[in-house]
Amino acid sequence: MSKMQINITVNGKKQELLAEPRELLIHVLRERLGVTGPHVGCDTSHCGACTVDMDGKSVKACTVFAAQANGADITTIEGLGGPDGLHVLQQMFKEHHGLQCGFCTPGMITRAYRLLQEIPNPSEEEVRFGMAGNLCRCTGYQNIVKAILAAAAELNAAKEAAQ
Amino acid sequence: MIPGSFEYHRPDSVASALEILAEYGDEARAIAGGHSLIPMMKLRMADVGHLVDLQAIADLKGITVQGDTIIIGAMTTQQELISSAELASAAPILREASLQIADPQVRYVGTIGGNVANGDPGNDLPGLMQCLDAQYTLAGRDGTREVAARDFYEAAYFTAREDDEILVSIKFRATTGGYAYEKQKRKIGDYATAAAAVLIAKDGATCSFASIAMTNLSDTPVWCEAAADALVGSSLDQAAIDAAVAAMLETIDPQEDNRGPVEFKNHVAGVILRRAIERAASRA
Repeated sequence: MSKMQINITVNGKKQELLAEPRELLIHVLRERLGVTGPHVGCDTSHCGACTVDMDGKSVKACTVFAAQANGADITTIEGLGGPDGLHVLQQMFKEHHGLQCGFCTPGMITRAYRLLQEIPNPSEEEVRFGMAGNLCRCTGYQNIVKAILAAAAELNAAKEAAQ
Repeated sequence: MIPGSFEYHRPDSVASALEILAEYGDEARAIAGGHSLIPMMKLRMADVGHLVDLQAIADLKGITVQGDTIIIGAMTTQQELISSAELASAAPILREASLQIADPQVRYVGTIGGNVANGDPGNDLPGLMQCLDAQYTLAGRDGTREVAARDFYEAAYFTAREDDEILVSIKFRATTGGYAYEKQKRKIGDYATAAAAVLIAKDGATCSFASIAMTNLSDTPVWCEAAADALVGSSLDQAAIDAAVAAMLETIDPQEDNRGPVEFKNHVAGVILRRAIERAASRA
C-alpha cells in the first residue's frame, strides 16, 4: 500500500512525513518523531497511557490512524513542560507523589490538562470520573487525584492573581 | 495491535463518500470515531481494504432541535451529546446514557452514528433509540430512506443498513415526563451486564405513557412493548412493576459470557429495570 504525506503539528512544531495510512498516531509520534512520552499499555483502547491532546480533545493515540490525524494539532507531555519549566500539573504530580513507575504519567497529565480546561474547579468525584479513561497500576489513584486537585487550586489562584 | 494495510479516503460530502463505497464494495468501510472499528482492525478481526473517513463531511455533524423534533447528525460525538444544553433540555436521557458510555477520551471521538450503526449488542444507544422510537436516515446513491430503530437491528452486527449506505442522521421526539438510563457494568468503560432505558409520563398519579428497552441482553437491543403496556394505566405500584419485569424477562435472551451466566443476567435485568422504572417515575 502506498504511503501518504502526513502533515501534523506536534507541540507547536510542524511535521511532515510519509506514513502508511494504517500507522497508528502513537507509533508515528514515538517511532518517527521521537516523541516517546506517550506510551502503549494495551491493545484494546482501555489504558489511556497513549493519551495526547488532539485539536482540543483528549484522545488515545493508539486508536487514531496516521491518516485520520493528517492536519491535526497535537500536544503531548513534552509540549506541556520539561525539566527546566514544569507545568503546574507536572509539579503537583511530583509534590503529591502522583507517580511511581511513571508509565501512565504522560497520559494522566495530558488528560488532566484537558480536564482542568473543561472543569477548572473540579470536585474529587469529577476528577475521578474525568480521569476514568486512564489506568494506573502503581498509585491506587489517590495521589493522582490529590495532585490534580492541587494543580487546579494553583491554576485558579494564579488566574485570580492575574485579574 | 497492528492492523492490516488499507487505502485511505477522506471525502467531504456524503455523495462522494457513497461513490467510494460503491466503487470498492465489500472492500470499503466507513469510519466515524473509529473506536469500535480500529480496535477490531488492530485485532485483525476486521479486514478493510479502503477506509472511508467521514470526519470532513460537515453535513453529518450537529444537533438540531426544531420544536419537539430532534435531529442529530451521525458524526456528532458522545462528548457533544453530553455538553449540549439544548439536548439536555429536550431529551435529558441522552446525556444520562452518554455519561455511562466508555470514558472521556472515547467520548471525545466516538459518535452517535457509529454507536447505533455498529450493530454490537453491547452498545448503549441502540436500546435507547428504540426506547425513544428514533428514526434513522440512511443515504444511498438512489436517495435517502428512513428506518425505525425498532426495525433496524437484525442480529449481532447485522442491521438494516446496506453496505453501500451511510447513516446520516437520527431523529426522535423530545421527551416529556420522567426518564432513566440505568446500567449495570463491571467497571468504567465496560459494556452493560444489563441496562434499561425507560421513559414514563404520568397523568396525575396514573402512568399515561411508558417505553422500555433493554441493552446487551440479547443479540440485538430489545424494545419491550409488553413491559411498557404493563405500566400504562397503573399507579406504578409494585404489582405493575412486577408485571413489567415479568414481561421484559419474556423478551430478552441473554447469553452466558464473562459478565455472568444466564440466570444471573436475568436477575440483574430485573433489578436494573426496577431501578430505572423507579427513577423515571420519580422524575415524571
